[in-house]
Amino acid sequence: MIEVKDLYKSYAKGKVNALNGITFSVEDGEVFGVIGPDGAGKSSLFRILASLLLPDSGVAVMNGHDVVKDYRKVRQIIGYMPGRFSLYQDLSVEENLTFFATLFNTSIEENYHLIKDIYQQIEPFKKRRAGALSGGMKQKLALSCALIHKPEILILDEPTTGVDPVSRKEFWDMLGRLKEQGITILVSTAYMDEASRCDRIALIREGEFIASDTPQGIIDSYSGILWSVEGDRMSAMLTALRDHSAVKTSFAFGDKIHIAVADGLQAGELKQYLAKKEFSDVRIAPIKPTVEDCFMALTNE
Amino acid sequence: MSTRVIEVTDLTKKFGNFTAVDHITFDVEEGEIFGFLGANGAGKTTAMQMLCGISMPTAGAGTVAGYDIIRENELIKRNIGYMSQKFSLYEDLRVWENIRLFGGIYGLTDKVIATKTDALLERLNFREERNTMVKYLPLGWKQKLAFSVAIFHEPKIVFLDEPTGGVDPAMRRQFWEMIYEAADQGITVFVTTHYMDEAEYCNRVSIMVDGRIDALDTPAELRRQFNADSMDEVFRQLARKAKRGD
Amino acid sequence: MKQFIAFIKKEFRHIMRDNRTLLIILGMPVVEILLFGFAINMEVQDIRVAFYDPTPDAFTTGITERVKQNSYFTYRGDMHSMDDMEESMRKGELDLAVVFQQNFQENLVHSGEAAIQLLSNSSDPNRGSIAVTYATAIIAGFQQEQTELMQIPFQIQAENRMIYNPLMKSSYMFVPGIMGLVLMIICTIMTSVSIVREKERGTMEVLLASPLKQGTMIFAKTIPYMVISFIDFVIILLLSYFILGVPVNGSLLLLFLVAILYITLTLSYGLTVSTLVDKQVNAVIFSAITAMIPVLMLSGMIFPVDNMPQALQAFSAIVPARWFIEAVRKVMIQGLGITMIWKEVLIMFGMTLFLLGVTIAKTKKRLE
Repeated sequence: MIEVKDLYKSYAKGKVNALNGITFSVEDGEVFGVIGPDGAGKSSLFRILASLLLPDSGVAVMNGHDVVKDYRKVRQIIGYMPGRFSLYQDLSVEENLTFFATLFNTSIEENYHLIKDIYQQIEPFKKRRAGALSGGMKQKLALSCALIHKPEILILDEPTTGVDPVSRKEFWDMLGRLKEQGITILVSTAYMDEASRCDRIALIREGEFIASDTPQGIIDSYSGILWSVEGDRMSAMLTALRDHSAVKTSFAFGDKIHIAVADGLQAGELKQYLAKKEFSDVRIAPIKPTVEDCFMALTNE
Repeated sequence: MSTRVIEVTDLTKKFGNFTAVDHITFDVEEGEIFGFLGANGAGKTTAMQMLCGISMPTAGAGTVAGYDIIRENELIKRNIGYMSQKFSLYEDLRVWENIRLFGGIYGLTDKVIATKTDALLERLNFREERNTMVKYLPLGWKQKLAFSVAIFHEPKIVFLDEPTGGVDPAMRRQFWEMIYEAADQGITVFVTTHYMDEAEYCNRVSIMVDGRIDALDTPAELRRQFNADSMDEVFRQLARKAKRGD
Repeated sequence: MKQFIAFIKKEFRHIMRDNRTLLIILGMPVVEILLFGFAINMEVQDIRVAFYDPTPDAFTTGITERVKQNSYFTYRGDMHSMDDMEESMRKGELDLAVVFQQNFQENLVHSGEAAIQLLSNSSDPNRGSIAVTYATAIIAGFQQEQTELMQIPFQIQAENRMIYNPLMKSSYMFVPGIMGLVLMIICTIMTSVSIVREKERGTMEVLLASPLKQGTMIFAKTIPYMVISFIDFVIILLLSYFILGVPVNGSLLLLFLVAILYITLTLSYGLTVSTLVDKQVNAVIFSAITAMIPVLMLSGMIFPVDNMPQALQAFSAIVPARWFIEAVRKVMIQGLGITMIWKEVLIMFGMTLFLLGVTIAKTKKRLE
């Protein structure tokens, strides 16, 4: 179990506030996602939890071990994968894995069952140097190295940044299987669409959690009315919609536009308004918000 | 009659036995927003390097901004803009110093730079940040500024390599609105992204698989062809066929 | 212990796989020795020579003429006394003086032996030694001819006397210097860079998040470089013995002990540097400025410490290489024992303790 209370962290002698009072807890075997843009404080938070940084104030306890006082113990029970690829590029896949296994006083054979699922995919290339691997394979190797000592808690800092959608999906499938083995997983991402893969999520912005709940809970707490608008000349329509007084926000979402509207506005009314501005073939439908809609709504407040 | 600003035929790049880019043929029209998608390792970066004139193709031919990519690569560099997520601005220079530097690199006169800098800062609502060190700007602001700097010299084409990675959702959309504005001014935008919703914002999208372009059309047409609800699904169907290492 | 060995293995792999580094650390001592050896032994022209011949005869004239005709020599006249000779030499007007024994021919014919003294001005030791070599060769050639002609064995003894630099051989001066320099570069720069590289590439973050103790890591980091620098030390020793003919007059064991002490000292300095900087390029620059340049300029390798201005002499006292070079000269060239180098040894030992203390105090168990 992870228990975090009132974490504060600042840099440059207090000039830059990275964390502004973060409190949350993660149950055993849970996948907890910290979601927010770069610079929101995700990495600072994870480094404190990995005992790599000292908080200015506040407490963080990992399975009963304080990250400041019992940092040695914490380092034995966590598996940490930093934001950028941090393995030895000039060592082979196998050498990297063996090295990290030895650091934790274990061996590949002893915990092979844990990483088998992931490692099998890169095993054909085990003699290849890590630097010559493709992005997806590097990520699998890094995860194998973080797992080789059978950690109780896995801390993954933006594992999917810069990774294509297909490899991202595969990665989350792997995390799902690890969760089944009872490992607590703390993961951060800037991709909002990954929220649904977590048991619970926290939306982070400027060093604060602006919401924390299950993905469904976050969506349910969306208080406004959300419509999707489709049609031609999307970019011009976006501007036109913003000019309408009953439209609170208007954002492009793939091939549609999501608008938050005031109570009482009728779809027909809006269609007429758009028709006047020569937008034809407009389709309007009420929709359920996505986590991304929620994040933007919370940001706007 | 629209003009083609990128036109390549059978462009190929080999590294030893490995064919990173395998006979790609396509063209991009003036003012178009062209999405260049593909899985990691599909060959996007190598292809972009050839188009920008910093990597020599092993075979094939083509023109970018009207210049031959093999013989006139120096001229290409002068007529394009480039921005990536990894490098765009010097973190330890102030906002105006970055603008001044890149303006100078592209040969603009001091007077032009001064006038355009004022206009740019005004448009971005950045006047108060004129003297701020770039590293103190939030990421979203940085990327907006970087994009403005990349098109500061009014290039015919701007290449954007994952410009919105890690940027917050609202900023990401503001960024795309800037892309639209640039396209309206006639600047062609060539963009890579891992956000599939952003693929929808492009006029046309190409998807690379194992060094080849396996699909190229408008997002709506691609969705129809692949019988998919979203670009995300189109991408998945194509990338699943990939045989390369990943 | 397993962690420790795994770490050392890893370090060796890093070194072995980086061909450029490997080339530098194994090629550097060879190149330096050859460079200094041959750059200093370049061909010398216009050797200014004079003769003192108290009793001229056929033999002395023969030798004199041969030297005068040789293109490497420039004849500067005959001297009339030894005093004249020394006077010109002191003024720097002469590189070489050839002094014949009295009654040269008589001695030669009667006893089969005669002596020539070759006095070289060794304020430039290199030029001086080459002048002697050339003159000796000419005399030997003359002797060869005469032996065949007269059918009787006789011997001309050319006795060399180097003045103003009794230790004389330039290689004696720079071999200890190169040892000091090469070991400093390998131990200080390579160790600091290899630690800082882990910080820069982010691998340090993963190491810190593991149960590995900082002490284990730092100690393991130094082992490969200790081994390599000891190999380099042996290479330099062999090259200077066999190619440059520098003898080891003192105890070889003592020499090795001095080297190991110096290696430990420079490694400690490398570790200290690694705690002060975060980027590889800064590690190189910092080490170069604080370690290499003082070795070159202030250690006595090139410029004798005694000739430095007072302030620089005082400053040279904190340059580790100065003490190492002095100790090596004493043991290797002068053949002195431990009793004569206790001062150097103690100073180096003290410096090592100090630097290790700083390293331990500065080593972080977290990222900041």
